Amino acid sequence: MNDDTRREMACQELVEVITGYLEGTLPEFDRARFETHLASCASCQEYLEQMRALIRLTGRLTTRSLEPETVDSLLSSFRRWRDSQTGL
Amino acid sequence: MAPAAEMRSAEADLIHRLRGGDEAAFVCLVNAYSASLRRFALAFVPNDAVAEEVVQETWLAVLTGIARFEGRSSVKTWIFKILANRAKTRAIRERRTINFSELDDPFEPDQPAVDPARFLPASHPTWPGHWASPLDTWSASAEDAVVGRETMGVLHRELDRLPASQRVVVALRDVQGWPAAEVCEVLGLSEANQRVLLHRGRSRLRGVLENYFNDNS
Repeated sequence: MNDDTRREMACQELVEVITGYLEGTLPEFDRARFETHLASCASCQEYLEQMRALIRLTGRLTTRSLEPETVDSLLSSFRRWRDSQTGL
Repeated sequence: MAPAAEMRSAEADLIHRLRGGDEAAFVCLVNAYSASLRRFALAFVPNDAVAEEVVQETWLAVLTGIARFEGRSSVKTWIFKILANRAKTRAIRERRTINFSELDDPFEPDQPAVDPARFLPASHPTWPGHWASPLDTWSASAEDAVVGRETMGVLHRELDRLPASQRVVVALRDVQGWPAAEVCEVLGLSEANQRVLLHRGRSRLRGVLENYFNDNS
């Protein structure tokens, strides 16, 4: 363990390792430094909550599915494929 | 049965029915995956119309390939890999390439999650690298119904503006809710690179929301 890893985590480092923290991939030692820092830093607590809010909001975005015409065309293709399989 | 085993068994049943020409099974797959396929295709190709074509081609390839599907991967990753190949071929034809391997380049300049000017300098006697001024608090109100619609619009627009490799990872992880391992498998990314892309994408979007809330408060 060197001096660098003993040191308290600064805010500027926290914002770079936050994804690892949320993913659960941060090494145990850094995770402890992260949480120690967080306990005494209101701005970093807010930063973490902003990230969590962002992830929840992103999860509410919707993606358009296929156009109805495309689905119709796919179904026609499916029926041709099925008929060619069974030789009907 | 464990949930994973249960899913596998439901999947095996679906494949069996599809091979037998069951239209309902095909419709079930198309409904389940077309929206994510379309979003995924958009990371590679220039517009919605081409994405739609690529998704359609993918479904036709699923039909012609289903007899040879051996179930070594999940049907979902198999379908997405077909799409990835089609979309890449199409992107090359459209002279638009997406380069995930850029991340392996150690000389790629760092993209800090937050502007370094927001922090006290490393030379600061007591608080090096700490926030120069406290963060504005908006996380608690970010999901309020009142601001909701407009916020979602901003988020959607900015997601589309992310570099393609970040966009596809954020879309699959945070919009579609895929686990990291599946994203890595389908995109052929290492776990570390997947995380770097997710981190850069999320950090950039957070910055956009911060500006948006500060301008509107």
